[in-house]
This record gives sequence, structure tokens and C-alpha cells, in this order.
Amino acid sequence: MSTLVKNIIRFVLLILAQVFVLDKIHVNYLVTPYIYFLFILWMPFQFSRALQMGLAFALGFTLDSFNHNPGFHTAACVLIAYVRPYLINVLIPQEAGDINYNEPSIKSMGGFIPYTLYAGILTFLHNSWLFLLEAWQFGNVWYFIAKTMLSTIITVVLILITELLFNRKQQFRTNTM
Amino acid sequence: MNEITGRANTQFNNVSYYFALKSTNDSLVKANAVLYNKLKSDFEFPDTINKVSIDSIKIDSVLIGRKYLYKEAKVVANSVSSPTNYLVLGRGANQHLVKDIGVVDPNNCVVGIITDVSSNFAVVMSLLHKDSKISAKLKKGGDAGTVTWDGHDPTILTLSEIRKSAKVAKGDTVLTSGYTTTFPYGLTIGTIQEIIPEKSTSRYTLKLKTAANFSNLQYVYAIDNLQKDEINRLLEKAKKESL
Repeated sequence: MSTLVKNIIRFVLLILAQVFVLDKIHVNYLVTPYIYFLFILWMPFQFSRALQMGLAFALGFTLDSFNHNPGFHTAACVLIAYVRPYLINVLIPQEAGDINYNEPSIKSMGGFIPYTLYAGILTFLHNSWLFLLEAWQFGNVWYFIAKTMLSTIITVVLILITELLFNRKQQFRTNTM
Repeated sequence: MNEITGRANTQFNNVSYYFALKSTNDSLVKANAVLYNKLKSDFEFPDTINKVSIDSIKIDSVLIGRKYLYKEAKVVANSVSSPTNYLVLGRGANQHLVKDIGVVDPNNCVVGIITDVSSNFAVVMSLLHKDSKISAKLKKGGDAGTVTWDGHDPTILTLSEIRKSAKVAKGDTVLTSGYTTTFPYGLTIGTIQEIIPEKSTSRYTLKLKTAANFSNLQYVYAIDNLQKDEINRLLEKAKKESL
């Protein structure tokens, strides 16, 4: 499957799963799982900065329209798309990991721990920015801190489960482009 | 953008509506019973000297007096888990819905206020929203207050500003006050579940159990106040003149 079709399907499926499955589950008002930004985590390494941020904007904007929010998700998604390249540079082992595989996954980042760190940090950033914007509107800092912690934990668990469910074949690309 | 998400939500709702058929039917039958009981033909006076007859003039003398018009709408999308919950109705400007009117469920329990209307869909800010404020009255005694939501539990609302001199008991009904043009007087908002006297002011904070079941809304009525434009224009004029 070509990259374009694969990414379009991922975009649509993740938004649908977020809006029609996860948003209907109420565990608690403090715990809110967000899985749609998995699309940003899984974007291939080769996409340029501008393309990554543009796609993140589209993703966040779609979710905002479904939730009638004035742009919280858009801001959070663009933030993590901005931070993603720096984080990848820091976490990937220096033997040119990012031209060996297409996308970040457990195999291409050289182990479980770097991948969990990558997912965890981006999730934490996304959630804290999202809830900070919500909390500035409505006040109450403790609510924001508790909500960030709990939602991040549950989101990272969900991401790991999804990673295990959907086995993405990672082709080992050779250096000859 | 509303049209696109409205369309997607309609498709999902076409399927998920079947899971809620039983409870929707039950609440509709209950609402019908209340209405049937208001028919004139249910009443008969034992005194047979008086006769009740229908006026033979074929002019609708009630039309000029109509103040509230109930418009039914299907709920296409709903949420209860976020701090700002909105409903989307499958009826919009092309089907004569306007902004800033109140929305109730089939049993006349308050659901929310319409905030945005596109050509085929309308967005309702539900009571479960951090910014929602409804003016309310106690059924017994008539003291007025404001109903808000604190974002924690989708079945509990907060009624504030009721003075301690009012007599409140658990289970009392709270109605809309009718002081604003969005809701008529007398629609149920909820029943008192917990009374918390505030130490610093002479007011109670009351926790209400919502009358409408927000997790399971399929049909609602939008109550259009046909006098609202005139009243609001008059209020604007009065405000401008007092500046």
C-alpha cells in the first residue's frame, strides 16, 4: 500500500475511533483517553517539518469540529508535531536509525524503552497543553494537574495496546535510496 | 464544517438509535399521557343544565395569541464526558430553527439552549457545560436562583443563590423561572438531592439531580418564543438609553 493511502486510512480510522468510541466512554471526568494523535506519532520519518505540522493541524482541526471546541486540540497537535523531530533526534541511537526504517515503532527506535519514552513524552505534552488551555478558561490548577497525569497514563497504555494489535511491517531500507 | 461533522454524526446515530428505542418509546408514551389528560373531552360537569358547545365561527382565534411554539428535532450527536458538552440536532435554519431558544426533552425537562444554527443542523449548549447558567425557581415557595454545572458528574447540577430563609427539603422540584426569554416558566430542571449551607454567605448551595437523562437523548423539542425578538429589542433600547 502506498504511503498516501495508508496515511489517509489511518487519519480517518483514528478520528472515527476517537469520536465514536473513546469519547462515549465516561470513566471519570478526570480521565480522558486520546488516541487520535497516534497519527502524528506514526508519521514516516521522511515527511518535512512543514508537512508534519500541516497534517497535525488538519487532524486537530477535525477533532475540534466534532467537539465544537475553539481550537484546543489543534494547538496541542501542532505543538507535538513541532517537538517530534527534536525528540526523535535525541532518542534514536546514532547509527542512522532514521534512514533504516520508515516510521517510528518499537523496532525502528531500538527497543521498548525509547519508544515508550517517545510516546510518553509526546502524550504528556499534548495532554498538558490541551488541559492547560481548558483550565485557563475555567480556572482551577489542581484539576488540570490531576487530569494530565491520569489521562497520560491511560493514553500511553492504549497506545501500547494498539501497537501490539496492529503489526506494522517495518521494511528495512538500505542506504541506497 | 458543522455540516460535514453533522452528516457523519447522523450516519452513526442511525445505527446507535436502535439501541435506545425502548427507553425513547417509554418516555414518549409518558409524555403523551400527560397531554391526553389535558383534553377538554376528559371533563364532564354533573350539572346538565349547562351545556358546553363549540363556537361555529371558522376563525382561528388562538393563533394571534400564540407565544411558544414547540419544534421537534432529532438528536444526532451528544456527549456527556467533556467539560463543555454540546448536542447536535438534525434540524437547522432551513427547517425554521433559530438561535438562543431553549431545548427540552419529550417530558418537558430542560436540556439546553441553541447556540449556533447552520442550514441543516443546530448546535445546542447542554446544561452540562461549564458556562451554562439557567435562571431557576423552587416549585415550593418560588425563591429564585441560578443553575450551573461543575463539570464533575453528568447527573448532578448546582443551584446557587437560594437564601437560607427559604424552606428546602430533599426531593423538591426546581423549575425554570420564566424570567428570561429562552425558557417558559415551569419546565423541570431537576430535584434537590443535597443541601449544603454555606458558612460565609447566607445562601444554600443545592445539588440537583437532573430531570432529563443526558446520556440517552434521542428526540428533543426546541421551544421558540415568538415574542422574544420584540422583548429583546425593547431591553436593548432600555439599556442604551440608560448608558
